[in-house]
Amino acid sequence: MAYTAQLKELVKIVEKTRPSRVGVDHPRMTPEERQEVLERFHPDFIDEGFRRIRVGVDKGSRLPQQMADIFESRSRLDGVELDLSKSDYEVDVLVIGGGGAGAAAALEAHGGGASVMIATKLRFGDANTMMAQGGIQAAVKANDRPDIHYLDIMGGGRFENIPELVRAAVLDAPQVIAWLEKLGAMFDKDEQGNMLAIHGGGTSRKRMHAARDYTGAEIMRTLRDEAYNREIKVVEFCPAVELLLDAKGRAAGAVLFNLETEEYLIARAKTVIIATGGSGRLHFQDFPTSNHYGATADGLILGYRAGAKTIYADSVQYHPTGGAYPPQLLGLLVTEKTRGLGATPLNVKGEQFVFHLETRDVESSAIIRECQERKLGVPLPTGVPAVWLDSPLIEIIHGEGTIERQLPAMLRQFARFDVDIRKDPMLIYPTLHYQNGGLLIDEHARSTVENLYVAGEAAGGIHGRNRLMGNSLLDILVFGRRAGRDAAAASREVTPGPVSLEHVQSYQRELEEAGITGDRVSPLLLPHYTHR
Amino acid sequence: MSATIPLIDIYVMGKQYMVPETLTIIEAMEYAGYHFKRGCGCRAGFCGACATVYRMAGDFELKVGLACQTKVEPGMYLTQIPFFPGRKANFDLEEIKPSVADFAQLYPEVFRCLGCSSCTKVCPQDIDVMQCIASIQQGDFTRAADISFDCVMCGLCVSRCPVHIVQYNAALTARRLYSRHIAPPSSQLKRRNEELKAGDFEAGIQELMKADKERLQELYNSRDIE
Ligand SMILES: Cc1cc2nc3c(=O)[nH]c(=O)nc-3n(C[C@H](O)[C@H](O)[C@H](O)COP(=O)(O)OP(=O)(O)OC[C@H]3O[C@@H](n4cnc5c(N)ncnc54)[C@H](O)[C@@H]3O)c2cc1C
Ligand code: FES
Repeated sequence: MAYTAQLKELVKIVEKTRPSRVGVDHPRMTPEERQEVLERFHPDFIDEGFRRIRVGVDKGSRLPQQMADIFESRSRLDGVELDLSKSDYEVDVLVIGGGGAGAAAALEAHGGGASVMIATKLRFGDANTMMAQGGIQAAVKANDRPDIHYLDIMGGGRFENIPELVRAAVLDAPQVIAWLEKLGAMFDKDEQGNMLAIHGGGTSRKRMHAARDYTGAEIMRTLRDEAYNREIKVVEFCPAVELLLDAKGRAAGAVLFNLETEEYLIARAKTVIIATGGSGRLHFQDFPTSNHYGATADGLILGYRAGAKTIYADSVQYHPTGGAYPPQLLGLLVTEKTRGLGATPLNVKGEQFVFHLETRDVESSAIIRECQERKLGVPLPTGVPAVWLDSPLIEIIHGEGTIERQLPAMLRQFARFDVDIRKDPMLIYPTLHYQNGGLLIDEHARSTVENLYVAGEAAGGIHGRNRLMGNSLLDILVFGRRAGRDAAAASREVTPGPVSLEHVQSYQRELEEAGITGDRVSPLLLPHYTHR
Repeated sequence: MSATIPLIDIYVMGKQYMVPETLTIIEAMEYAGYHFKRGCGCRAGFCGACATVYRMAGDFELKVGLACQTKVEPGMYLTQIPFFPGRKANFDLEEIKPSVADFAQLYPEVFRCLGCSSCTKVCPQDIDVMQCIASIQQGDFTRAADISFDCVMCGLCVSRCPVHIVQYNAALTARRLYSRHIAPPSSQLKRRNEELKAGDFEAGIQELMKADKERLQELYNSRDIE
């Protein structure tokens, strides 16, 4: 889908202004300007996008509308007859979700001597982890230290992070990298074996470790392969639809739903780890998303119905550069490295309107302002808003061939739809990228419900209200491993007893008392698209 | 989706559907009424869940692609291959060595490669799969790792191999062998972990944990940047 004749005309304007823009830096915003653009245009500040949840342990707290819908829905098991005395699976530790956090948890729980099972919604590894390109942070180099990393994370999160969680993340980080190295993950290294490390947004040291531009994929496929090597039981296409609690209200398993046969299965466990990832597929405020197909916040509602508290669940990260055109690339991530190499955002007049390396939240807000308020977006045949990202600048600044060397995945992705990003600018708009908050955990990844652990993007508190690039791949492994170890140890103390869904029924009663009726059910499991 | 986009005909498992010409195969199937369970993962070309085989009307040649990264075309006859029963050999990475002998124990079929190049022709990631297999045969795990790095493990190569090699699993084993046993380990990383074990950074972090927001802000704003 090459550019239309009309777009080609507009490209000419960009080409015309290009010579005058080379080597000229757009001024950075002042702190006041940043605050203003955030408060007026960042989706987190758009009040209509949110409402207060009317039921549950966090009653009264603010949630994105679509997440509140999920929270204020019936259970899928409402009206379903289940014999809870039977069991289809019995294990020590049940891991729900087969992404990076789940795989790490399973490996460590297995290493701790527990019998482990991973139940996951799609295939093992169909997950946001597989899609991460940029890298993973760890303070490894001689000029860096965990406390410097700590300060970077706190500053990025606007100092609202939970200190104990940040401490755990930065102190475990070098161990996590060593663990991956030993498992044979192929990091970018120099000849001596030292890892190459670069900057990411908000880092004060170069501590982003990468595996080309497939960092998440490399981590995911390595951990998955190792889980298979150790013969850890994996049940695919069987999402959890509800947790099971024992008589003392402790997590004791889950009800799974076989997507293919549509039967419910009972998995009993002594401890349970939620590792179900993010919520991009809820499309808050109608944004497109960079997330995988199964990112529907299932773990949050499972945990919430069981009484687990949330934190910062109203805080969402929008990545400034999601694809806008060709339509096949809508929402897909254009890696931050593209701007890192010098590509700048431009309006329809070919003018730069924001410094290209503001933080993600500010950059996104400025792009939204350019389209919404100033009406200087690039008109697309599909009607979605967009601005230019002047990728050909990269070749002018760093020399011909740079894009092919440094951004091969991007070049390939756009070329598949007949856009050569070396010659023509890209069309982008912010995309829903990451769930900053989630279920509240402590430094052992324990939720506020006994024997229930949460790790990865489903957990909250580590990143405050804004995660920096490279700290998510880190946190899923840090807290995945911690969850696995603690859950394995704790499982030894548990004597299994009868399980129930009483908490689900009482949540339903609470909904009815609040006057919330209707047929909506959650978890969503899979989004439903019609493209009509 | 705006109503002016022209519709084209495609055939999903032989059945005709009219779909907007701008959609990817995944989107077109959704437009036609499919609600995916299998065959759809990242929707961005990274996970290999959506391997698809197709043929154009009037042509005999079988083509392949990732359904999330391929636009529909008029007269496309397609089906997905969401699962292929490829074998994986289990191993202990600490025990095995990057040697032809060890590899042959795990994947003997790799050494029966006929050199037909079907795997290379079929790869949607443009990987020279056959060269990767040849490198393993020669014991050059460094090269095999490098060549195969962009593999999304979609399984299309396996579906075409006349001698039943599971290229994506063999290549992954090669990459893990290379990374664990050939690439030198990071001495910086080793040193840092020894320091951590000795508790070297605990005091610095405790101090930051005790600091209030103003103090942290001050430290943050005055931190030096490499
Ligand atoms: C395009 C992209 C690029 C990124 N780049 C980076 C980067 O460079 N650096 C970085 O640090 N971070 C990056 N991130 C963020 C990071 O990749 C994710 O936040 C992280 O990988 C999440 O890991 P996870 O294990 O918590 O969740 P996931 O990896 O998403 O795994 C969750 C798993 O749970 C399954 N699941 C969901 N619901 C259920 C259910 N009900 N029952 C059972 N299973 C279920 C899902 O199918 C999935 O397999 C990126 C994210 C995206 C989307
Ligand atoms: S859905 Fe992941 S590669 Fe197509």
